[in-house]
Amino acid sequence: MRRIKELVIEKTLFSSALVTILVTLGIILVLSVEAINFFREVSIVDFFTDTQWTPLFTEKHFGILPLLSGTLLTSFIAILFAVPVGLSISIYISEYAPRSFRKTIKPALELLAAVPSVVYGFFALTVVTPFLQNFIPGLSGFNSLSAGLVMGIMIIPFISSLSEDALHAVPNSLREAAYGMGSTRLQNAFRVMVPAASSGIIVSIILAISRAIGETMIVAIAAGQQPRLTLDPTVPVETITAYIVQVSLGDVQHGSLEYRTIFAAGITLFAFTFILNTVSYRIRKKFREKYE
Amino acid sequence: MMDQAFQFWGIACTLLGLVLLAIFIGSIIVDGIQRIDWDFISNLPSRKADRAGIYTALMGSVWVLVLTTIIALPIGIAAAIYLEEYSKKDKFASILEVNISNLAGVPSIIYGLLGLEIFVRILQMGSSVLAGSFTLALLILPIVIVSTREALKAVPQSLRDASFALGASKWQTVSQQLLPASFGGILTGIILALSRAVGETAPLIVIGALAYVPFAPTNPMDDFSVLPIQIFNWISRPQHGFEVNAAAAIIILLLITFIMNGIAVYFRNKWQKKFK
Repeated sequence: MRRIKELVIEKTLFSSALVTILVTLGIILVLSVEAINFFREVSIVDFFTDTQWTPLFTEKHFGILPLLSGTLLTSFIAILFAVPVGLSISIYISEYAPRSFRKTIKPALELLAAVPSVVYGFFALTVVTPFLQNFIPGLSGFNSLSAGLVMGIMIIPFISSLSEDALHAVPNSLREAAYGMGSTRLQNAFRVMVPAASSGIIVSIILAISRAIGETMIVAIAAGQQPRLTLDPTVPVETITAYIVQVSLGDVQHGSLEYRTIFAAGITLFAFTFILNTVSYRIRKKFREKYE
Repeated sequence: MMDQAFQFWGIACTLLGLVLLAIFIGSIIVDGIQRIDWDFISNLPSRKADRAGIYTALMGSVWVLVLTTIIALPIGIAAAIYLEEYSKKDKFASILEVNISNLAGVPSIIYGLLGLEIFVRILQMGSSVLAGSFTLALLILPIVIVSTREALKAVPQSLRDASFALGASKWQTVSQQLLPASFGGILTGIILALSRAVGETAPLIVIGALAYVPFAPTNPMDDFSVLPIQIFNWISRPQHGFEVNAAAAIIILLLITFIMNGIAVYFRNKWQKKFK
């Protein structure tokens, strides 16, 4: 009796774990089926080469490039801002700051990641954009610059926290050896610690990129809703995620071509983040083996 | 010299984020605090900014939060127990592991597309509270699993050995020793996961949660709105009155998020002391 009970419990627990596999299969299946339906009507060559994205207009174009460029532009600005700041924070906390400071500052920085993204969007639109307009006269009310910068603030804790963990995991003997050779804290940090923790730092940056690409509300609120193929950070753009929100807010019929565009856009987004996440997982696996 | 310079730079960077957050919260409080009173919390939505309240959105958020917890908690904890205590270190276990780490990185809006097709369309739930809760439950599942595993991992091996030595079965060990011992850690993870869920906007917009709902939901099949969607809707309107409303609603949302985070940190500290 007891054997049977134990077995039933184990199977129940196992099936709960299986749910996670079902979720992944569900995502891939849902996105693929609707995307295949989409590509029955729109040529895949057009999708990747057409430079206009106007599915909601009468003259329809289905080129993903403008949405992709909007996504990459905002993410690039965010990363450009967050990586130097986040890395400096992690080096400072792990190599310079007293231990007690580390204990208070880490949870404080994690608050930055706890703020809902719709709130950051409001910040970008009502505070950062008007502030930047003082310096950049031509800055449009919706632009990728302030959306990107605010997104950068949001992902700082991802980079600083994960990189700090990586620096923290470097064996202390390396640090002692560096100081023993007479190096300064700065030399120790940049010539010994950062190279030793490089894989962990790279993982943190990859995860931050993946996070930025998938971020939705900040760009939907502050970057605008005009798909446009440009590298100009001062004009409105539209990201993949913002497009999906735009369509979801409207009245689009299930099964129509417009409905399917959000799945075609979604599968593009999913492919990007999936590749980034898998690469970071591989590196993390390898890194763990190195010091254990 | 350079060393000193970097130290200052490091402090500046560390404070930069926090200072920006402070400026931001300050400016929102200045904008929104005068709008917060009992009417704002208890009024139904309205076309007039000064009469609109957040009641339906707040109730929607509460409904979603409760249902999400009911759905995600048992599955998440059970999956974590299986992975940490039962599974053998074989190929399948490593597939499960890669998969969960990947799910944690899937953008939230993709979960919205999944929910739209599976819950709203195929399972015919419509854009109901239930469909929204299932969608958010799947979204926080990886977070619940990862944090529960961490909590179980922190329980000393000696506890398991002692329990087995007394003749307890695997499940008796898990349910009577490991779960009570890791309770604080599990709770911390769950509260953090829920604080993430309460701020989620995009997946709920995708499954069709509405910005304007005349009444608070009374059962799981009702239409609903949530606080972040109400905020998003107010931000998108041109009139200044709605911007003030958005700021006021943000104060409430941030209050909820920070209180949840505070409780989580409190439990974490209390629980960590136990094993030292």
